[in-house]
Amino acid sequence: MPKVGSVADLQILREQLQKDFSRRTDTNTVITVGMGTCGIAAGARDTMQAILEELDKRDITAHVQTVGCIGMCSREPLVDIEQAGKPRISYGNITRDRVPQLIEEHLIKGQVVEEWVVGKLQRD
Amino acid sequence: MAEPVYRADVLVCTGTSCVSSGSVSVLDALHAELAKQGLEDEVRVIETGCRGFCAMGPVLIIYPDDIFYCQVKPEDIPTLVEETLLKGRVVERLVYQEPETHEAVPFYDDIPFYEKQNRIMLRNCGLIDPEMIDEYIVRGGYRGLAKALTEMTPETVVADVKASGLRGRGGAGFLTGLKWQFAQAAPGDVKYVVCNADEGDPGAFMDRSILEGDPHSVVEGMTVCGYAIGAHEGYVYCRAEYPLAIKRLKLAIKQAEEYGLLGDDILGTGFSFHLQVKEGAGAFVCGEETALIASIEGRRGEPRPRPPFPAVAGLWGKPTNNNNVKSYCVIAQIIEKGPDWFRGIGTEGSPGTAVFALTGKVRHTGLVEVPMGITVREIIYDIGGGIPDGKKFKAVQTGGPLGGCISEENLDLQVDFDSLRQAGAVMGSGGMIVVDEDTCMVEFCKYFLTFAVAESCGKCVPCRVGGRRMLEILTRITEGNGELEDIPKLEEIAAGMQSGALCALGQLTPGPVLSALRFFREEFEAHITDKRCAALQCESLISYYVNPAACKACGKCRKACPVQCITGDRKMIHIINQDECIKCGTCYSVCPFDAITKVSGQEFAVPTELIPVGSWQA
Repeated sequence: MPKVGSVADLQILREQLQKDFSRRTDTNTVITVGMGTCGIAAGARDTMQAILEELDKRDITAHVQTVGCIGMCSREPLVDIEQAGKPRISYGNITRDRVPQLIEEHLIKGQVVEEWVVGKLQRD
Repeated sequence: MAEPVYRADVLVCTGTSCVSSGSVSVLDALHAELAKQGLEDEVRVIETGCRGFCAMGPVLIIYPDDIFYCQVKPEDIPTLVEETLLKGRVVERLVYQEPETHEAVPFYDDIPFYEKQNRIMLRNCGLIDPEMIDEYIVRGGYRGLAKALTEMTPETVVADVKASGLRGRGGAGFLTGLKWQFAQAAPGDVKYVVCNADEGDPGAFMDRSILEGDPHSVVEGMTVCGYAIGAHEGYVYCRAEYPLAIKRLKLAIKQAEEYGLLGDDILGTGFSFHLQVKEGAGAFVCGEETALIASIEGRRGEPRPRPPFPAVAGLWGKPTNNNNVKSYCVIAQIIEKGPDWFRGIGTEGSPGTAVFALTGKVRHTGLVEVPMGITVREIIYDIGGGIPDGKKFKAVQTGGPLGGCISEENLDLQVDFDSLRQAGAVMGSGGMIVVDEDTCMVEFCKYFLTFAVAESCGKCVPCRVGGRRMLEILTRITEGNGELEDIPKLEEIAAGMQSGALCALGQLTPGPVLSALRFFREEFEAHITDKRCAALQCESLISYYVNPAACKACGKCRKACPVQCITGDRKMIHIINQDECIKCGTCYSVCPFDAITKVSGQEFAVPTELIPVGSWQA
């Protein structure tokens, strides 16, 4: 274990560790992956793994949650993205190869990828 | 290999309470199931310290969803993993249910047990892995120490602690800052910091939970104290009966040393502080500071008269500051957030929070932290969930065997050091034992007195002899041989002990008896004059009868009676022979018709010879 030689080092260490702890604190982004039998059969496990890798690579803090079937099995894997103050967007047929583009457009550029959208939910 | 990217954390409580309710086998099952489902690289399992909700253990929390599961068994794990971790659904049967409405409360933040609490000292307990210094650091750990060492002088540290109004959480409530000031002002190059973790009250586990759940907070607080008073060495005196606390504390010390947050040249500031753990052999008197110091030195754990106080001549005759675990664990936050922050919580005379180990006849036993000034009623009913089985509240004992009780009329008393003292109880270290109408107050006092008498070190006469005499009188009363003069006699001995005993153990031993006499005097008198124990607990004063109107002559009691003192026959009302009955209560518990009646101090009409069922007329 490296020594923490100064107060500044302590601060740097704390910031490095922050990401690892983010699951237990508030983030403003929740990504929800449909993990019913239908979702799993369509490759949702793989999609979720890709999302986790992409978030890590791009250093984005977000909570990744799983949910059961919501009934739109033909469009699985379904991925919802909800950010504070914005409507919740549901995307359909998100396979592993679509994940990098989705993360890039929605989370980094802040643009909804309209062609993949299956629904929007405005929170009241 | 790179650390896997996790999407969820499962926090499993591995505090002593949850371990005893089976959290280790739950943990094993969880690891096995995650491996089976291929989730090891997605879901991280973290072992935490006590979450406080011990009545509901083993408890488990899933982040980021904030789902709180309680009383989890290993066989629940496959369902839990599949439903919650794979499919994101809440397993309803494992979530906490409102005892009244049976309504399920899946989310941690909504549980009433936690709603009224304000967790400052316990802020990390159950939230972080106590064996990982990194988790403590992420939660702001060692920031207080860094601030003290780089931005403050020892004088300003002491001034801040004093200004915060923090009072010693060991029970006496002495101003911590003032204590530090004395140690700081005492001349000498060698000084010591001592932490009293010799928690010995029956039913108390506040200090243990902090050491198990957040050991670094104590390490950090003691280091700040060392800087403030000019000490470079410290000891944590922890009883050997707390193996998990000792293990985690030692690990915390090791990790802090590796990071350079403890030891030589802390954070490059040149300040050095070394910490050691001293395991105590579990003598109750060693919680008294001078006895504790004697024990660290390797001498017999006996108190000595003060002054000189330890701040002047303590460990090995050097100036020593001694505080309780709970006092040290809040120091870093006071330094970091400032004394006004601490003053903003609690009451004027007792700022901050109080940690109570809530036990006894209350639905949600466990560890609670509340702002000072909350009422006893709120603690017992809102947080504790009230008295189980529809029974009536009778009293609550605070301060353990050296404390006192509070009766129903004082339920709306605001809890702080001064108000409790005025009511005849004491804050103590934080034990809170609730009793219901089925508890005999004489017997209750006898229990605490038995403990205190056994733990008296025997050095001074008032404690050694006085306690024993009081116990003899109480025993006599519970056996039906009490006399009316016994009550003033108890009070006289108590006054002698309070004024004459050498240390707090002897001075406070009569406390429970005196406070019980204050609120429940008529109960003592009923034992003496009517030979009646209203709670039906004192064996010598109760009798068992078969209620002839309810007996169905099933014969169960007759077969179960270990001394064959019940006579009866087919379709004949059974009779207990009072001369031979040993009052074991077996018949009472086996009777399917509740026909066995327990009475005290009164006659119960029963037939004198066998008569047929249904023919009884009173």
